[in-house]
Amino acid sequence: MTYIPISPKERDAMLATIGVKTLDDLFKDVPAKHRFPKLDMPPALTEMEAAMELEDIAASNENVRGDLISFLGAGAYNHYIPSVVDHILRRGEFYTAYTPYQPEISQGTLQGIFEYQSLMAALTGMEVSNASHYDGATAAAEAVNMAYAQFRGKRKKVVISPTVHPQYRAVIRTYTQGMELELAGDDGNADLDSSPQELKSLIDENTMLVIVQYPDFFGRVYDYTKLIEAAHSQGALVCIVANPIALALFKTPGAMGADICVGDGQPLGIPMWYGGPSLGFFTTKKSYVHKMAGRLVGETVDSRGQRAYVLTLTAREQHIKRERATSNICSNESLLALAAAVYLSVVGKTGLRQVAELCYHKAHYAAEQLSKIKGMGLCFTEPFFHEFALCVNQPAEEVNAHLLEHGILGGYALGQDYPALKNHLLIAVTEMNTKEEIDTLVDILSEVNHD
Amino acid sequence: MNAPSNLKYTKSDEWFDPSSGAMGLSDYAQSQLSDIVFVEILVDVGDTVEAGNPIASVESVKASAETYASATGKVVAVNKALSEKPETLNSDPYGAGWMVKVEGGAVSDAMDSAAYGKYCEGRSH
Amino acid sequence: MTDATPKIVEPTIFDLSSPGRTGVTFPNPDVPRSELPASLLRADLPLPELAEVDVVRHYMHLSKFNYSVDGGYYPLGSCTMKYNPKINEDTCRLPGFLYTHPLQPIETVQGNLALMYQLQEWLKEISGFSAVTLQPAAGAHGEFTGALIMRAYHKSRGDAKRMKMLIPDSAHGTNPASAGMLGLKIVQIPSDARGNVDLKALKEQCDDTVFGMMLTNPNTVGMFDEHIEDVIKIIHDCGGLMYADGANLNALLGIVRPGDIGFDLMHFNLHKTFAVPHGGGGPGSGPVGVAAHLADFLPEPLVGILEEGDDETPPLFGFVKPAKSIGRMKAFHGHFGGGMVRAYTYITMHGPEGLKDVSQYAVLNANYLQARLRSTYHVPFDRICMHEFVVEGQFAGSDVRALDIAKRLMDYNFHPPTNYFPLIVHEALMIEPTETENKDTLDAFADALIKIAEEAKTKPELLHNAPSTTLFGRMDEVKAARDLVLCCWLPEDY
Repeated sequence: MTYIPISPKERDAMLATIGVKTLDDLFKDVPAKHRFPKLDMPPALTEMEAAMELEDIAASNENVRGDLISFLGAGAYNHYIPSVVDHILRRGEFYTAYTPYQPEISQGTLQGIFEYQSLMAALTGMEVSNASHYDGATAAAEAVNMAYAQFRGKRKKVVISPTVHPQYRAVIRTYTQGMELELAGDDGNADLDSSPQELKSLIDENTMLVIVQYPDFFGRVYDYTKLIEAAHSQGALVCIVANPIALALFKTPGAMGADICVGDGQPLGIPMWYGGPSLGFFTTKKSYVHKMAGRLVGETVDSRGQRAYVLTLTAREQHIKRERATSNICSNESLLALAAAVYLSVVGKTGLRQVAELCYHKAHYAAEQLSKIKGMGLCFTEPFFHEFALCVNQPAEEVNAHLLEHGILGGYALGQDYPALKNHLLIAVTEMNTKEEIDTLVDILSEVNHD
Repeated sequence: MNAPSNLKYTKSDEWFDPSSGAMGLSDYAQSQLSDIVFVEILVDVGDTVEAGNPIASVESVKASAETYASATGKVVAVNKALSEKPETLNSDPYGAGWMVKVEGGAVSDAMDSAAYGKYCEGRSH
Repeated sequence: MTDATPKIVEPTIFDLSSPGRTGVTFPNPDVPRSELPASLLRADLPLPELAEVDVVRHYMHLSKFNYSVDGGYYPLGSCTMKYNPKINEDTCRLPGFLYTHPLQPIETVQGNLALMYQLQEWLKEISGFSAVTLQPAAGAHGEFTGALIMRAYHKSRGDAKRMKMLIPDSAHGTNPASAGMLGLKIVQIPSDARGNVDLKALKEQCDDTVFGMMLTNPNTVGMFDEHIEDVIKIIHDCGGLMYADGANLNALLGIVRPGDIGFDLMHFNLHKTFAVPHGGGGPGSGPVGVAAHLADFLPEPLVGILEEGDDETPPLFGFVKPAKSIGRMKAFHGHFGGGMVRAYTYITMHGPEGLKDVSQYAVLNANYLQARLRSTYHVPFDRICMHEFVVEGQFAGSDVRALDIAKRLMDYNFHPPTNYFPLIVHEALMIEPTETENKDTLDAFADALIKIAEEAKTKPELLHNAPSTTLFGRMDEVKAARDLVLCCWLPEDY
């Protein structure tokens, strides 16, 4: 079926108004030999048939709300999404609107984004937030672009901690391949035990940006204040890639002096959705706002003296500045920024802290129990949030295969990015994991080790 | 449109003051851009600029533009106050709105005030 | 600028907060509490405190401030604001899609991978390209992906001197911005009097430094380039690659395949052509299709068949890495749930005939509106258009501008067309009706525009002061940019 509401009679009347006989007559500019190709595709389904087909496809997956118990994180997390969030998101007024270029009739989207910006600033301790990027990885890559622009291309080096998410580092490599930059520190063979302070030795007067993750890829929480001071003493900027749930508990990137804080907003009320779409948040200091990519909503008044909101500083963006724009980004993740805003509003100060503490306590309980298993142990001793690297003393993939037989989605096998950690799993625990699930994991891993 | 007679002008709407070495954006250019909200000077004291090379990036509420050097010379001063008050470019383009001063500024094919006035008229329709 | 305290129509979520209120709360831990590392903790968490009902009412109020496709006609040029079928909202929220982790073992997500594989295959068939990546998150992200692929291709041939990207003056701003991210030199190519690429100007730029050309076809004035095959040949003859901006693909489904006429690569906008809702600005989804000679450079990973199936067992789908991949464009696999599942649902319900209908009726509606408006508004490129067209929003002897017409349309309860784009038309109003509007709506819209043209002569103040019937009036955009209030509070407040 289609959604075309025009009857054959109306069609003919319209063709007559245009002055042509048939629909085909409208396409004479198209090269004749290529006109009207026959597409080799299955015939159309009705809504009922399509609904059933999609239900079958979805059901053939094993999901983490019923089919599998999950301890997999590594950048996407199984959190509870309050019912309210999707009820708001399913309002056609929000999801079937375009970018709010006509502010008189888009105040819902505009005020929603303004509140999102405010909430993200509160969470990160930064001064300003833009209206979103595609995901955490592309937001980190845009931080590189911003730093490059800030130094007008005169500084060419980016220092990246090897404990930044491997896929984020990969995206930064892809994004910057035309820029002739030096990416230092981006090495899975680096010494992962060393303190982040060690990055200092890589920072010099040619360094535009230092990127670290918080908690880092292995879940470790460091206070980066001293590293940031060292970077600033060389004139470099610092970007912290942060987990937004962790920020409910831990010192903010703003308080540590970071210049930019980015991250993935998926934990804030957005389903994992097999990896997307999620949301990249991007926050910075007000003094850098003109170099920041992406849309930005500001407060103003309308002609009737009412408080209202508009897209502002738009001359930075591609539709006006074209090749000199701060970035090419146009579509962003607006609806999911709204999801994050609704989530943060409805869980609020109390609920978000509860979620973060639940993650922390459950992860620590799991870590404690797992490290009691003979031959297993935690890889690192630093404080961690809701993920930790567990040494399983045998190839991590084999352990995961065994866990899967018992309906458990094991941790991320770290050896694929860090060759020294081929016997290590990155275990993630959220508020969704019960004590019973954790105990089951411990039981099965105990068996594994006895096999 | 205002174009003081002691200044020289470029086709890309910059002015140059041969007596002081100052350069900036013309009154015509600021009125075309309308409300200017951001200016970034792209050169530093000590740099040598060549006529036609970008010296500043300007953004208004609805438009953006690059400003090019109206003369060749060594930069001896940069108007740092502009970034705090970019609207100065609208209110006083030939005075407090100067962008950069150069030493030994040399101009090639610049217009005088009368020629520039005609040039601007020819573009407004 | 007024100094009076502005009237507040809807308080912000922070204004509504009251200490001690709670919304959704969570259970006490079922495990022993562990000690928190005191020196690493934050001092305060300045988030709002509200009950659930306060949150629901607040966002319900905000939703009513929005114009939307579900609420009315939205003929925004170059944006393809077609109806977003409701079934797509259900299919993309099936638990098997919502609750699958991107790093799950492939054996546990064969449904997702089969869907992605099939969507790749369909997009190949629709576009005439040899391979498709679903990873790019949006149209501009697809353009950047495409530009990186083009760069990798030239580089693989040791052809390093190509740095010149040719882009028509009618192009979307994302085209030069995407090429600019690679440090390429952008050369603007003018349009001719019929809205085509100016072939003479094009030839003058063609030499062995041409990296390629980014071309939207039909272009942003709604014209299918009458010499498209010549344009492509000129670029290929000088060794450049031909990139199609697929923003206007809604005119071409089942009409012509960009791959067949010689384009080397193209991005799709699933959020335009394939009815993924625009969401107030995103998320979109911008897959890229390429011809065979570029397939090795696609971003990793692609979905492929790892083990062929037979009558009894389905094939095993998994990820493959192209031989000379440009790398990864984002974390994980692209906009699966919000983009791919909706687009898959849409395509499966249309089939080949339905897709052709989409484009035919999109073009019918545009030409009908153009025919109805032609005698009232100047149409700078007056020939059969494709899915959209541009008129001039100005009248001789009147100080009414396109902006005023756009704002006045709101008083007639229509969303205005795109204005001031493309840049090559003075006071442009760019109208894209889409195929999902009936004749009555098109007639009502045309009637409103014709009436507004009359008002421009007789009562221009109605246009200058428009909109007057909406909840909000025109905005003080200078104040917004000068005062720069980007947050509900000033950071020094806490």
